[in-house]
Amino acid sequence: MSAITDLTISELQAGFRRGDFTPADAVRALEDRIASVDPSVGAYLSRDFDTALAAAEKADISLPLGGVPIGIKDAINVLGESCTCSSKMLAGYKSPYDATVISRLRAAGAIPFGRLNMDEFAMGSSTENSAYQITRNPWDTSRIPGGSSGGSAASVAAREAFATLGSDTGGSIRQPAALCGVVGLKPSYGRVSRYGLVAFASSLDQIGPIARTTRDCAGILNAITGKDPHDSTSLDMPVEDFTSQLGRDLKGVKIGIPREYFVDGMDKRVREKVETAIRQCEHLGAELVEVSLPHTSYAVGVYYIIATAEASANLARFDGVRYGHRAQNPKDLLDHYMRSREEGFGSEVKRRIILGTYVLSSGYYDAYYLRAQKVRTLIRQDFTNAFEKVDALICPTSPDLAFKIGERTDDPLRMYLADIFTIATNLAGICGISVPCGLVEEDGKSLPVGLQFLGKAMDESRLLGIADAFESSQAIARPPIG
Amino acid sequence: MSSPNLDVRDVARLARIELTDEEATKFQAQLSRVLEYVEQLGALDVSQVEPTAHANPVFNVFREDVPHPGLDRKVVLANAPHSANNLVVVTKVIE
Repeated sequence: MSAITDLTISELQAGFRRGDFTPADAVRALEDRIASVDPSVGAYLSRDFDTALAAAEKADISLPLGGVPIGIKDAINVLGESCTCSSKMLAGYKSPYDATVISRLRAAGAIPFGRLNMDEFAMGSSTENSAYQITRNPWDTSRIPGGSSGGSAASVAAREAFATLGSDTGGSIRQPAALCGVVGLKPSYGRVSRYGLVAFASSLDQIGPIARTTRDCAGILNAITGKDPHDSTSLDMPVEDFTSQLGRDLKGVKIGIPREYFVDGMDKRVREKVETAIRQCEHLGAELVEVSLPHTSYAVGVYYIIATAEASANLARFDGVRYGHRAQNPKDLLDHYMRSREEGFGSEVKRRIILGTYVLSSGYYDAYYLRAQKVRTLIRQDFTNAFEKVDALICPTSPDLAFKIGERTDDPLRMYLADIFTIATNLAGICGISVPCGLVEEDGKSLPVGLQFLGKAMDESRLLGIADAFESSQAIARPPIG
Repeated sequence: MSSPNLDVRDVARLARIELTDEEATKFQAQLSRVLEYVEQLGALDVSQVEPTAHANPVFNVFREDVPHPGLDRKVVLANAPHSANNLVVVTKVIE
């Protein structure tokens, strides 16, 4: 038998039911695994082993996620735990309530366990913007795990978590999942309540699962989805079982290849792996159709206007009064605000708040913010037109492999441009999933490549079915760590 | 589209963020490049296009006006940097 920590959630639950081991054994196995690999990965900011063990001992394994420990990105509130968003601004903060996704996980029997590192306030694509620690890619610890949910993806890859929750504003679940060789799902906007997720860009943010398999992601989505009176943007949709379309082939499925997602600038080896994956989908019965998303090249520009504008408003709450860092001995209220925010926020957060404030300021609002909202309409229409012809789109998740730690920190624009394949999804409010599609050799190490499927809004069941069909035709590779 | 005309210190003050000289110089250069990049949006004719504020066609969400318990005051105040007598203490506003 393989180690407990190697198992998928489905295998773990089968083990519970057979009586091979208990949820408490699973929590202990995680704790041992974390002790052995996390010193070199750095995924966890903190964890409360005793609370998790107590919950495991009372766990009801007949529930949908009964006794399953799930790691939590440090942007999601869990009652009584820290929630720093990897920022000094929230050092020492203790959550006074459970986010809706957490109460729903608990109701499904799961055990929220641990706080996972991220880019500060989810701003970044490498987790290097954490104020606390570097998280390393388990495939090559000299490289970044992706971001902003870098801890959530690295912990699953390093088998120090079975599955985790992340949040995705412009690719922050899918891109780290791709670079770490695991599965990451961004649900459609409104599918999952954002109540208790510290807001970055409210019209784009969505919570979703990262796991070893598409099936595990579907199971977690079943638990966390649904209308929530605490989030007016959560949608009241008929209850469905997101595992209902798993285990099929791709016969009769039309998959679109967006021509604008296969342009120069992509790593050649990534392109090769993705093209092989596309042929594999054809082999599994899919009909391939070339489609066009003509406004793709504007998505990064639109995103960095809209996301920073919303962030500048959302992060105005960090004023050093009700919670968060407060500067010592302010000489007046203005000094209090300015120094508290100077001392509490890191560079990337300041950059984005300044950019967002600028594009919303009088005289520039129409030229930047309003124009970006209009181009957002065109980007949404591109997807609406494409989904009239096909059931899903297929493309790379990231144009690059995981890069070296420190390689791009002084070049924010270059870092932003690498989000090209993930951010339009959030602007359009549709769903997307990244699944591993192979390994590339670099400096004597294997690095994972992610394949992305995009589905129309609220079409997660079909999206998960398609991703599962592809995934089931591949072997799951594990990083050689520990 | 207007040309980038960004004064980082001025905007940082609007955003209530003090900047060091080093930060101001660095952000000025970095954000000017980002603004140059987004200038490309000016190439599109959007005169006939409606703006999208969010992706879902949901407007004016109402709920019943029913009181429900808020967060526990002690727990909330535990996060305040300064508190006294069950209240948050703020920096003096009036001379």
